[in-house]
Amino acid sequence: MSNPVSDGYSPTELLVCTAARLMTDNTTAFIGTGIPMLAASLAQRMHAPNLVTIFEFGGTGAIFETLPMAVGGECTFHRAIAAAGICDVMEAAQRGFIEYGFIGGAQIDPYGNLNSTVIGEYYHPKVRLPGSGGGNDVGSFCWRTIAIMRHDRRRFLEKVDFVTTPGYLNGPGAREAAGLPPGTGPYRVVTNLAVLGYHLESKRMLLLATQPGVTVEQVIENTGFELAMADQVEENPPPSAEELYILREQVDKDRLYI
Amino acid sequence: MEVIQSGIGQLIQKPDLNAFREWNRQKPKALIDKRMTEAEAIDRFVYDGDYIGTELYGTVRCPMSLVNEVVRQKKKDLRVVGQGVFELDMLLAASLVKGMDITYVGLEVYGVSNVFRREVESGRLETCVEWSNAALAWRFKATAMGVPFVPMRSMLGTDTLKYSAAKVVECPFTGDPICLVPALILDVGLIHVHRADKFGNAQIDGISGFAAEMARACKRVIISAEEIVDTEVFRCHPDRTIIPYYLVDAVVYAPFASHPGEMCYIHVRDEEHIKQWVEASQEPATTQAYLDKYIYGVKNHREYLELVGWERLERLKAMAQGVDNEQPCI
Repeated sequence: MSNPVSDGYSPTELLVCTAARLMTDNTTAFIGTGIPMLAASLAQRMHAPNLVTIFEFGGTGAIFETLPMAVGGECTFHRAIAAAGICDVMEAAQRGFIEYGFIGGAQIDPYGNLNSTVIGEYYHPKVRLPGSGGGNDVGSFCWRTIAIMRHDRRRFLEKVDFVTTPGYLNGPGAREAAGLPPGTGPYRVVTNLAVLGYHLESKRMLLLATQPGVTVEQVIENTGFELAMADQVEENPPPSAEELYILREQVDKDRLYI
Repeated sequence: MEVIQSGIGQLIQKPDLNAFREWNRQKPKALIDKRMTEAEAIDRFVYDGDYIGTELYGTVRCPMSLVNEVVRQKKKDLRVVGQGVFELDMLLAASLVKGMDITYVGLEVYGVSNVFRREVESGRLETCVEWSNAALAWRFKATAMGVPFVPMRSMLGTDTLKYSAAKVVECPFTGDPICLVPALILDVGLIHVHRADKFGNAQIDGISGFAAEMARACKRVIISAEEIVDTEVFRCHPDRTIIPYYLVDAVVYAPFASHPGEMCYIHVRDEEHIKQWVEASQEPATTQAYLDKYIYGVKNHREYLELVGWERLERLKAMAQGVDNEQPCI
């Protein structure tokens, strides 16, 4: 938990504002619990009033007035277009209807493969994590997958312990060869230190922009693999006063998450 | 069809659709009053070693009064569909689960499930087989369709597939690799609904999760309901019946059965109580104390509700948004 001050912002607030800017109006987005929900709510109030949010248990097109604590909660279909079921949502994703998928994980590798199953060896794990849930489906079906992560060397690894959710697997062409729908895959990684993309040819992670006050060296230092660099690494603008005001006073006024 | 890859996970429940057809043939189709208590329903329809499923999810419309009774009656060596928050935590906390087809067991915003971690890391939970969320929903759907598998396009290329019991084949129509997931036939399904009649017809308000598919994939179904209504409610709105009576073996009247989870339009979830569990589940001793207080220490769901307190429950009810009547619904 953090205590945001009026002229500053917390790491969570930074992640939310950065992710929200990636949500475009009149598109469909698969939303998980936590930061993606806050970001979607902020985006709806800023630049994307017609962002169609989709939750895995059936809520489609909700308008957020309060924040859900669970992906099946009442808020996930409040004044929504439809309250259906998991098959309806997953089948829409499999048919190519969902543009963005927002997911997280405990570990990520240079190809954007995510682990949310085990730390350590599968049969004798150091830590048993929750498992795929909808993560694997979102990473398989959505046209553009955006991972939201905390950035450090224990999470950004050359090889993850378990590939729960497919990124570019082991490189160019691997998704298509495995039978995953063509044209899909990881698009961005949003962290407390940077915004990253993927190299068009090598499909390896690429530094696009640093978060305010963060140096390229700090990003490299906190990444456990060799990071490609965009021709020009930008610096992300900090959350604006308007974004922070809406986030604190409207999106999460009960401070459930921020 | 050429099999390109086979998951190394165990196929916990074989998809014997012919036996399932025979089973369904002998299920009574007469309109019989199936109302009973949780104790009677669990005693009559859940057995040691059963493969069970709970619907919906964790803290939303979760069948807690039925799950708590399974724990109270110590039904053991269970195999379960690993999709859960609070309800699976209770079964795991009581060490009743031996095998699991898992997609997600965790506490959502509160992170990993402590009891799940302890059961897996100690080896008491002997078998875990990995699946994606869609895979499990479509495995129910395959059974509901009465076919042994369905093809799907996720899981491919990952360790989730490697540690599942799915197969990758070359599609006979397109030539592309495609993932096949086997039909999942459950011994018992536990489903909490907004309203049911005494025969087992059921309606759900809000999202339906995987209730329709799971109810059709079970040999036995136990329904708990916030409200028992006259069959006329169903005859007037047959389009709203999500579970028809002939799938159902028992109907239990159980208001607030999802507590501490939520029941959409009726009551919100009990955040304080959930936090109490998150805290208690950290250590085995405090976990046991929680079970002693809220499950073993009460005789039935009514006593549980009294322990939680009616005043508190009414407060959760008052906080629910309800159906939005301010907007014109034409």
